[in-house]
Amino acid sequence: MKRKYFATPYIIWIVGFTIFPLIAIGVSAFTKENGAFTWENILAIAEPINRQALFFSLAIAFGCTLLCILLAYPAALILKSLRLGRKGFTIFLLVLPMWMNFILRILAWQMILSKNGILNFILAKFGVRPLAVSNTWIALMIGMVYDFLPYMILPIFNAISDIDEDLIEAARDLGAGGAAVFGKVIFPLSMPGMLSGIVMVFVPAMTSFVIADILGGGKLQLIGNIIEQEFMKSMDWHLGAGLSISLMLLVLVGLAFTMRNDREDGGTAVW
Amino acid sequence: MVRVKNIFMKCYLALILFFLYAPILVLVVLSFNDSRSRVTWGGFTLRWYGSLFSNRQILEALETTLLLGFGSAAAATVIGTFGAVGIQAMRKKGYQVVMSVTNIPILNADIVTGIALMLWFVRFVPLGFGSVLIAHITFNIPYVILSVMPKLKSLNLSIYEAARDLGAGSVYAFFHIVLPQIGSGILAGFFMALTMSMDDFVITYFTKGAGVNTLSTMIYGEIRKGIKPEMYALSTILFAVIFVILLAFNALSGKGKNAEDVIERSR
Repeated sequence: MKRKYFATPYIIWIVGFTIFPLIAIGVSAFTKENGAFTWENILAIAEPINRQALFFSLAIAFGCTLLCILLAYPAALILKSLRLGRKGFTIFLLVLPMWMNFILRILAWQMILSKNGILNFILAKFGVRPLAVSNTWIALMIGMVYDFLPYMILPIFNAISDIDEDLIEAARDLGAGGAAVFGKVIFPLSMPGMLSGIVMVFVPAMTSFVIADILGGGKLQLIGNIIEQEFMKSMDWHLGAGLSISLMLLVLVGLAFTMRNDREDGGTAVW
Repeated sequence: MVRVKNIFMKCYLALILFFLYAPILVLVVLSFNDSRSRVTWGGFTLRWYGSLFSNRQILEALETTLLLGFGSAAAATVIGTFGAVGIQAMRKKGYQVVMSVTNIPILNADIVTGIALMLWFVRFVPLGFGSVLIAHITFNIPYVILSVMPKLKSLNLSIYEAARDLGAGSVYAFFHIVLPQIGSGILAGFFMALTMSMDDFVITYFTKGAGVNTLSTMIYGEIRKGIKPEMYALSTILFAVIFVILLAFNALSGKGKNAEDVIERSR
């Protein structure tokens, strides 16, 4: 038996459960209830309500990704320079929170941020006026940054940890100051990690609906919420499929942009 | 100057870690709260930990979650490991095509994967435990392949060839030569798959149909009515168990680098 036939069950699996489902969603997207061909469901993304949700999702996802980079980069540098025992321990610290159910963790944020919540309780003790962040985009942003931050810290940390110490020393020996070492050695070499992080934060931020559901109090509509409602409330599966396909294409174009010069088989320092 | 910088760095890190652990602290505290209200503290109690074990609904959801997690991770590990071995033997063109398709479930948005699978399933199977299991295996396999693949690349193939030359069949050679060398990658893949499956909400939500509930979908359904305090107790237990396992793992990995790789590649 040739070695490549070991992959036969896998090939059958991906044809059956990756390719065909994508064809199924495509078929639903391009047809009406009665099976006739239509562009309507795909183009529905341009309708005012959907377009608004899409732009809002884009803005939130960009903001969230940017904030994650700004928070994660220094954290990754510090984690590396503090040498908290072995590399494994650092990763352990960052992965551990993910083992608490993620919906419960977001609900905990709701309790922290709500009007009579923990944050305002603590602020009141210091005589500070209560904040009204619950059910606003600020709460949504906090929840998203919270949920996705580890996905940004880890790949950047991995990339920085993999930098050869000799390179940094060589730069120093050749007269580079701290800023030059960072700008010309560390930062460029950490780019692949940052790109992985961007992909791992931007895509879920752009497409999630659960966080907006909980922290937005039903008032904030991301494009994910609209698609979810088409399936679970309005029961218009064709329209939902059309919106999903539009969203998928948009995200793919964005990804292609980000990853033009990145990884060949997804192996770059993602965890 | 150096010391000030050091203190500043530690403070920053402490703040980030506080940010990451604050909600967990809230949930753990709630599991000991003797009040059904989420906002008032009614004193310390262990009763939710007791009543947890008589709550059929929660225990059923836990069972479903664990069955799905271990079942899909095991199936994905077998299919994925053999898949990775086979893919590696392919020629450049086929290799690239298969690897691109492998990345689809990872890169695609969960909501799209979930909806696509649901629209496909409703054509020929009723939605239920089976459809969720297939869905979980599907999104788990790529994680197994991506953690086994690097091990295969650094594998010394001459030993395998030598075994074949000396008369070993390909299956025998696989189990006795290849498998031991890629073991840590397979283990990492399994853990990663287990984590992804236990953590998933969106894909389960779309593929489950009525009647099946994992812990995630059950919690989501309870958001409006209010979460049962037993759920906080269960989550705290699960968290503590994982904490101990990972800590032990981390302590053991001090000597060999393999186990460290496992955690590192987890996810």
